[in-house]
Amino acid sequence: MPRWWKQTVNLFWELVLKDFRVRYRNMSLGMFWSLLNPLVMMVLLTFVFTRIFRSEVPHFPLFVLCGIVPFNFFSLSWLTGTAALVDNARLIKRVAIPRMLVPFSTVVGNALHTLIQLGLLLAFTVGFGYTPNVHWWWLPVIWLLTILFVCGLSLATSALNVLIRDMRYLVESTNLVLFWLVPIFYPFSAIPPDLRDVYQFNPVAALVLAMRQILMENTSPAASLLWKLTLVSLVSVAVGGLLFRRLERRFYEYL
Amino acid sequence: MSISSSQGIALPLIEFENVTKSFPLHSGQNLLRQTVQAFLRNPRGERFIALNDVSFRLTKGEGLAVVGRNGAGKSTLLTLVAGLSHPDSGRVTVRGRVGALLELGTGLHPDLTGRENLYLNAALLGFTRAETIAVEDRIVEFAELGHFIDEPLRTYSQGMTMRLAFSIAVHAQPEILIIDEVLAVGDARFQKKCQQKIMEMRNAGCTFLFVSHLGGQVQHFCQRALWLDGGKVRLDGDCETVLATYEEFLRGA
Repeated sequence: MPRWWKQTVNLFWELVLKDFRVRYRNMSLGMFWSLLNPLVMMVLLTFVFTRIFRSEVPHFPLFVLCGIVPFNFFSLSWLTGTAALVDNARLIKRVAIPRMLVPFSTVVGNALHTLIQLGLLLAFTVGFGYTPNVHWWWLPVIWLLTILFVCGLSLATSALNVLIRDMRYLVESTNLVLFWLVPIFYPFSAIPPDLRDVYQFNPVAALVLAMRQILMENTSPAASLLWKLTLVSLVSVAVGGLLFRRLERRFYEYL
Repeated sequence: MSISSSQGIALPLIEFENVTKSFPLHSGQNLLRQTVQAFLRNPRGERFIALNDVSFRLTKGEGLAVVGRNGAGKSTLLTLVAGLSHPDSGRVTVRGRVGALLELGTGLHPDLTGRENLYLNAALLGFTRAETIAVEDRIVEFAELGHFIDEPLRTYSQGMTMRLAFSIAVHAQPEILIIDEVLAVGDARFQKKCQQKIMEMRNAGCTFLFVSHLGGQVQHFCQRALWLDGGKVRLDGDCETVLATYEEFLRGA
């Protein structure tokens, strides 16, 4: 392996580790806190949609958790990814590092953090009587594609955030909209048929659907969903990368 | 990046050819409203010219002191050498590994232990993992931190933090070392040790770029000096002459 590659990999992991260590070091209960949020959301949504609005969906707590975990990953990693360059301004102005690593490592750090929540989700799945099966091998595939998508998206928004600091508020609002537009607490079948194709182009929605197919229906995700997810992820990385390269030369002046 | 051509003719390690660098004049805050306002008011974007048509070259093993008053363009020059920003026009060529001591301690995190910071900082300076492991003990020993190396950085005194940062930086074995008035590290004894280390690196053929408002310590390490004034090269020559003229200018001003 060439030296620059080893340097880059080393720096990348050190940045990911830093985020991870800093996040948990000052919490007495450490990882427990990252489980609390999805659990509270699960209980709340289950209460509202089984006691107040009567949902027909079986195993509602598991169903809703399949939506919360991917959505939490997406919203948090996109938001922190967007703020990554501005938050690390001192670093970027003082050390000559490949700057793409900064949003990348933030997103991947969040993905590691999500592994804990994913563990919780799998435990619930087994608790509800489902058994691990061969379709579970699709889980890493769809998650990697989604991580790639968020990386591309964060490249674009983090670079824009350097030039226009309002970007993060736009991201926050978009996350709020997505909470409703991703089928978290309603099933895909409740979406009007003419909108379903559009929904599948949203990688977060696609991830939620695929999670439910794998964990609750014991099937592989549909081929059409997979290629749409792949396409959107690749386009997002390509566009994000190009935009980042274009704006990168101006970072020093604007940070 | 190769350091010299195969014919044995040493190419300069740092080469500035008619370099001009300007910064946009803006309020510092980049909210959407201000961006739009600035564009409407000033569509061509007035800019502050930090470096104006600067040319110089530095060959292997040379030590160059960059002097000048505040705002003369010294820091801008350093950021260009370090590859942190890009010139508007002209060309900057840097051949070799740059180690920049622009601000000692950048990237250190108070909640991480000294050793964790060591690994992170080494990675930021371009170490591979294997290289870090290889010099880890020497860095800790040079920084004289003892068992504190496994304590969180927030328990360190200012001097201990700086010692760690300096120690990591000089062990990165840069071919070009940029030093921005940071030699005031730790107590007098440690400062002396740092100066010795720099001398050692200089004798081993490391190229130096020193930045200072005042002469003083730079004379030990540099044969040449470059005096910047208002973004332009006022004088480029041997260290003693340039510093004498510069100091005379300062007294007169």
